Amino acid sequence: MSDAPRFKNPVVRWIDHRMPIFTFLHHQQVYPTPKNLNYWWNFGSLAGIMLVIMIVTGIVLAMHYTPHATMAFDSVEGIMRDVNYGWLIRYIHMNGGSMFFIVVYIHIFRGLYYGSYKPPRELLWLLGIVILLLMMATAFMGYVLPWGQMSFWGATVITNLFSAIPLIGNSIVTWLWGGFSVDNPTLNRFFSLHYLLPFVIFAVVFLHLWALHHHKSNNPLGIDIKGPQDTIPFHPYYTVKDYVGIGVFLIFFSVFVFFAPNFFGEPDNYIKANPLQTPPHIVPEWYFLPYYAILRATPDNFIGSWVTSWLGFILVPAKLAGVILMFGSLLVLALQPWLDRSPVRSARFRPVYKWFFWIILLDAIVLGYCGANPPEGAYVVIARIATAWYFFHFVILMPLLSVFERPDPLPHSISEPVLKGGGFAPAPARAKPMEKA
Amino acid sequence: MLATGAIGAFGVAAVAWPFIDQMNPAQDVLALATSEVDISKVAVGQSITVLWRGHPVFIRHRTPEEIKAAEDVNLADLKDPQPDSDRVKKGKEEWLIVVGVCTHLGCIPLGQKQGDPRGEFGGWFCPCHGSQYDTSGRIRKGPAPANLAVPPYDFEDSKVKIG
Repeated sequence: MSDAPRFKNPVVRWIDHRMPIFTFLHHQQVYPTPKNLNYWWNFGSLAGIMLVIMIVTGIVLAMHYTPHATMAFDSVEGIMRDVNYGWLIRYIHMNGGSMFFIVVYIHIFRGLYYGSYKPPRELLWLLGIVILLLMMATAFMGYVLPWGQMSFWGATVITNLFSAIPLIGNSIVTWLWGGFSVDNPTLNRFFSLHYLLPFVIFAVVFLHLWALHHHKSNNPLGIDIKGPQDTIPFHPYYTVKDYVGIGVFLIFFSVFVFFAPNFFGEPDNYIKANPLQTPPHIVPEWYFLPYYAILRATPDNFIGSWVTSWLGFILVPAKLAGVILMFGSLLVLALQPWLDRSPVRSARFRPVYKWFFWIILLDAIVLGYCGANPPEGAYVVIARIATAWYFFHFVILMPLLSVFERPDPLPHSISEPVLKGGGFAPAPARAKPMEKA
Repeated sequence: MLATGAIGAFGVAAVAWPFIDQMNPAQDVLALATSEVDISKVAVGQSITVLWRGHPVFIRHRTPEEIKAAEDVNLADLKDPQPDSDRVKKGKEEWLIVVGVCTHLGCIPLGQKQGDPRGEFGGWFCPCHGSQYDTSGRIRKGPAPANLAVPPYDFEDSKVKIG
């Protein structure tokens, strides 16, 4: 892979000599990839496809949308009724947001299961968290643009989170709004940023891939590539495998676009924003529900009085505590490479962690379920327990497990488990290991 | 070096500030900061909602029972202790004027219309996260940290000028 390829086409050769873009592309094709990747490794490229779909449909929608408080709602209805194929493009964009999050959440849980965040891929993981944060900001602002009731009230609730910051909170909220409430200035700046951020995401995705290609993909066994016998070229092997995944995924996507386009939406968002009336039940989009449950889980004065009794003077109101926990839930995820000290990456060889992985997945789903329901009765109790478990898992359990868990023996190489007779296989293949790199 | 750095930092801050401050409320937004409301038609026990700075303001013509309930509360029971007398104008105790925005996350509490839930304390009930306010607009239960804000206002004959 170190050699520059010989191109036959003289034009290609001319360009490549001056700017080796074709050499770069060639290296992407022959890029050595572990030969044992399963279908959970499709979700990175699916996320890439979703980003492209969102940018393309978004640019087109922006040609017909009017970012003004009195016209935004009608312009979206115009897209649905008057613009040629506007309904299709909007439904792709609208459901695309949900698809993007489905794919990315699977991608993240894949990383958690197979320990993809562990050395030397910590930076790769952090860049992924940055992408997630940018996606959340973009999705939130995009949801405000149709200027329906949920747009307006979702924006009000979320921007008000910043008022929990001591002393300067209210000034920050006024600054974010550009007024004394969510209004036209807010809509305008959200549109501007909603258009900008996907391109920032694109840039961070590029860094994410750069970090990935430097140390290569992790794999279901979680062990390092030992030589060329452990890898296959990305093209055609994984391009083909990715195409299969894309085909299945686009069918899944199309089912929603064509048969249940409003499945992920809220009917209230087809009512124009009204600053004088709060909908009976404000819920964010489904992909924010677990965080929303964490936000609302802090008991009234519980942490406040608890902290005061320990420190005597610091009072953390429930509202601020909820906001801190919500952002903290992402922070502890970002810190996993340092909290999980186990040298074994893949949960396949971690008999205890394997179970806790499924519990934390279930915990995230339970949190989402609580977030979708009103903060009353049993839901509050369940949300509190699930929130406590979330932090217990990532902050306390993971460091403890790295010490107390006895991992199963690892195979000697990626090739070993699939070849008869166990560990002999690498020997002949290792004859010329210097050829690679 | 230090001087160069300091002047450089000042230059960066001076250029950055217009780009930060442009997001603050514009002059036309600031200009629409007061509202005048005729309250002569609001009967005892009735409430009206008016718009002030893009937010609803609740004007409630309180009944004697509501005033008594608000005044009789033991301040030690309150999360954000404040006597009713600090929240109304002296001699006009029947008029309670508060910003109708829940201090938790900015929803509009229910309780202005007939048949709306008013919570356990007869004031307002926020449907978003269950905060409950009493007949003085003070937080009594739920996640909201503070009482409903009292806007600056003055009575002028049959009118009230908010802001």
